[in-house]
Amino acid sequence: MKNFHALGLGTLTALGLAAMSILPAAAEWKPTKPVEFIVPAGTGGGADQMARTLQGIIAKHELMSTQLIVINKSGGAGGEGFLDVKNNKGNPHKIVITLSNLFTTPLATGIPFNWKDMTPVAMLALDEFVLWVNASEPYKTAQEYTAAIKAAPDGTFKMGGTGSKQEDQIITVAFEKAVGKKMTYIPYKGGGEVAVQLVGGHINSSVNNPIEAVSQWRGDKLRPLCVFDEKTLPYTDKILGDLSWSSVPTCKSAGVDVEYLMLRGIFMPPGVTDEQVAYFVDLFKKVRETPEWKQLMKDGAFNQTFMAGAEFKDWLTKAEATHKGLMQEAGFIAAAN
Amino acid sequence: MFENFVNLWHGFGIAADPFNILLMAVGILLGVIIGVLPGLGGANGVAILLPLTFSMSPTSAIILLTCIYWGALFGGAITSVLFNIPGEPWSVATTFDGHPMARSGRAGEALTAAFTSSFVGAFVAIVMITMIAPLVAQFALRFGPAEKFAVYFLAFASFVGMSKEPPAKTVVSMMIGFALAAVGLDMVTGQLRLTFGSEELLNGFDFLIAVIGLFGIGEILLTMEEGLEFRGKAAKIDAKVVWHTWKTLPKYWATSLRSCVIGCWMGITPAGATPASFMAYGVAKRVSKTGKNFGNGEIEGVIAPETAAHAAGTSAMLPMLALGVPGSPTAAVLLGGLLIWGLQPGPMLFVEQSEFVWGLIASMYLGNIVGLILVLTTVPLFASILRIPFSIIAPVILVICAIGAYTVNNNVFDVVMMLVFGVIGYVLKKTNYPLAPLVLAIVLGDSAEEAFRQSLLGSAGSLSVFWSTPLVATIMGIGLLAGVWPLISNLISRVRGVAQPA
Amino acid sequence: MSETSHGAGTGPTQRNAEIGVGLLTLLFGLIVVYGSYIVGFGWGPDGPQAGFFPFYVGLIICGCSLINIVQGTREDPKALFTEWKQLGQVLKVLVPTTVYVALVPFLGIYVPSVILIAVFMKWLGSYGWPLTIAVAFGVPAFFYATLERWFLIPLPKGPIEAMLGL
Repeated sequence: MKNFHALGLGTLTALGLAAMSILPAAAEWKPTKPVEFIVPAGTGGGADQMARTLQGIIAKHELMSTQLIVINKSGGAGGEGFLDVKNNKGNPHKIVITLSNLFTTPLATGIPFNWKDMTPVAMLALDEFVLWVNASEPYKTAQEYTAAIKAAPDGTFKMGGTGSKQEDQIITVAFEKAVGKKMTYIPYKGGGEVAVQLVGGHINSSVNNPIEAVSQWRGDKLRPLCVFDEKTLPYTDKILGDLSWSSVPTCKSAGVDVEYLMLRGIFMPPGVTDEQVAYFVDLFKKVRETPEWKQLMKDGAFNQTFMAGAEFKDWLTKAEATHKGLMQEAGFIAAAN
Repeated sequence: MFENFVNLWHGFGIAADPFNILLMAVGILLGVIIGVLPGLGGANGVAILLPLTFSMSPTSAIILLTCIYWGALFGGAITSVLFNIPGEPWSVATTFDGHPMARSGRAGEALTAAFTSSFVGAFVAIVMITMIAPLVAQFALRFGPAEKFAVYFLAFASFVGMSKEPPAKTVVSMMIGFALAAVGLDMVTGQLRLTFGSEELLNGFDFLIAVIGLFGIGEILLTMEEGLEFRGKAAKIDAKVVWHTWKTLPKYWATSLRSCVIGCWMGITPAGATPASFMAYGVAKRVSKTGKNFGNGEIEGVIAPETAAHAAGTSAMLPMLALGVPGSPTAAVLLGGLLIWGLQPGPMLFVEQSEFVWGLIASMYLGNIVGLILVLTTVPLFASILRIPFSIIAPVILVICAIGAYTVNNNVFDVVMMLVFGVIGYVLKKTNYPLAPLVLAIVLGDSAEEAFRQSLLGSAGSLSVFWSTPLVATIMGIGLLAGVWPLISNLISRVRGVAQPA
Repeated sequence: MSETSHGAGTGPTQRNAEIGVGLLTLLFGLIVVYGSYIVGFGWGPDGPQAGFFPFYVGLIICGCSLINIVQGTREDPKALFTEWKQLGQVLKVLVPTTVYVALVPFLGIYVPSVILIAVFMKWLGSYGWPLTIAVAFGVPAFFYATLERWFLIPLPKGPIEAMLGL
């Protein structure tokens, strides 16, 4: 019966809120009403999953005195969600989780926002990208695959990815440059769909995040060739046979000098106070200590770098410049509109 | 296959635990509430309750969540029939005949038919899952962009070309739908289009907002014009209505069976429940003897889309489990849930988590039976809502519509759009423009265009990709045939008419 | 639908309504064509550009709108679209609803809902105050409890809710 109570719990906590909000704010800032957690992507995607996991962890461990409410605002490649945060100046009851579209959307679509329009809170983790092929293909290593691409005419090999002019296509363009041949990039709506299209043989390769394709690897349907990071992944749990994430070589070592990591970070609206930011930095630090979060990091083979404050801002400045450079080279910058 | 039955038996052992049965009932009731509130669809409902299930065992959690999904499927039909407001995309086709039935005082009958058909559709789909799950998963893998486009094409072809309205008006209506579907971000090039720099239009036109406006608000305006009453007011509320309707249902076994097949097939191919419901309605209208009367309150027009939608909705769970690709937005959220509970959907799930999978499948059987019993008992209650005077119910419906429109994207602008669509719906209906093609185009236009362009990217711009494999060629062939069928049948009847003048 | 409007009385004619709708769809078609033109409607090296489909969709809308306008002019010039009296009935719903929708961005959804239901019941239904107040406050309160508190879906709120600390 205790599980049944979990349902009513929301109601009770919620009713309790009305009482809480009357109390005066203590010296140390705390949320006084439910906090909106904006996801600038659709339900079911990587960012949405992470946001809902965070919501579940925070609720389960009672890390926050009020509720965290996940709201999807996916319009315009996430632009809708970021604009909402940007326009809610000084509202401390709103946070947003980011994908790479924090950088790519304003550049590719001209939707007017920039990370500097918001208050950076913390980097939760970085998502890795892996080069995948169908397990029935003969390519065992990235070298073999790139050799095959080089031997064929331009556009023979099809790369599938999520969305257009976003992280997957940016990696593809960088990959093409490293290999010296064009590929045909086919955009799909979500990472899961890309992985299945690869299993079905409708595309030749993908740059799925680990969590999107790991189950297909375990089922021996897909094969990881290399990871787009500077060093190999630290996770040694066996996935298929004796193979684990740590046995996937870096793309650089395979002669493809491409590195890309996707930010999973938290931002707040502009004009919030330092105490309010500090509250959320502290909250996410606590989240990182929970077993559920550690499990998620392991399942998704995430890069567990955590940053906040000035360090995070430096990282963002650099990442923005990198994206601008990559997208300019690829011709992805929107004409002024 | 025998092994499947052994597994299923174990599954029943898990699912039939009293606590799980209780969860089923709670889930179904929550789902019905979610389904009744437009805008708060199954995907939203499941997403909202997902974090509450983290403390449960995965099997109990997914039983609760899938039952919310079943409940939402059942509940979507209620507002469609009573107020002409489809709570879910796949309930749109149910309004075509369900609401006219309610207006002529047969709300109870329409609801009973809808619920029973939902059950039949879902049940057949579950039986199919039990028997041929692995096979089906293999088949779904063969669907690339070209095959998907062919399926959408087939859905369009079997639905259009059968309206009574002037062809030019039907075309305008459908094209407006396509144009509205195109607004926002173009997925293939990552460009914004038709937004004219407006932030409000970034999200495009959500189908649900259009439908709440066109159908829900439009209906209220039409009712006002005809004088202040709901004609269904005189409806006799009879507790035996369920039984009386059941006696008539076996007559329509052929429609049910056909819709089950369409539904299962569309659910496995990742096209989903919405095209399935439109397609089943279109096919039923063509095949049925009373096809001409469709749209005026034919019970067959309720049975066909409901059966197909639920067969599709249920069989869509299979690709999700076996491949890790969601067949619907709700399935996408459930998929996220699986990951959070530490289960990896995909080819190994059936092997490594056999207990979970078969527990889930068994709970589908039980959940649907529990669901049917629960919702049927509510039929007289819901039918009696129509007895509330119009001047009370109308503003309440307006408020519900506004809340529904807002919750789709959490955007106040959508509430304004809903009203605009309402006026458009009223005017278009008065000037004989059919609304169904418009709605179908908004729902499927985007996906169809996307699949079309993905195919062309893969084939370097060559249209031959749509004839490249036997599978895609067959579907396209059937689609073309369905598209020109009205012409052929017209020709045949003319030839016959000449041969033997009446 | 036109058979409902053959009654006595006057009103806008069906012919004018048909032509008017035709002109509106034509305008819509032109906007779509223009919008597609901006983003490019050609056939690029890798298939159609972003505006390709909307462009032709827009052209078809324009073409068929012209057909509809021509056919509209052939309608019986006496047939009525609707009577003025009936139109008045429609406006009785439409005007309060428009005011309602216009208020939502400023006052949130709850206060306008109370007003809308009250106006409807009092003005169109002539119900007594006790019932009117019960329904007008009860329905929004119900939605507040289920959506906002139970399902945790925030609805738009205005200054009055902020004052009450909700």
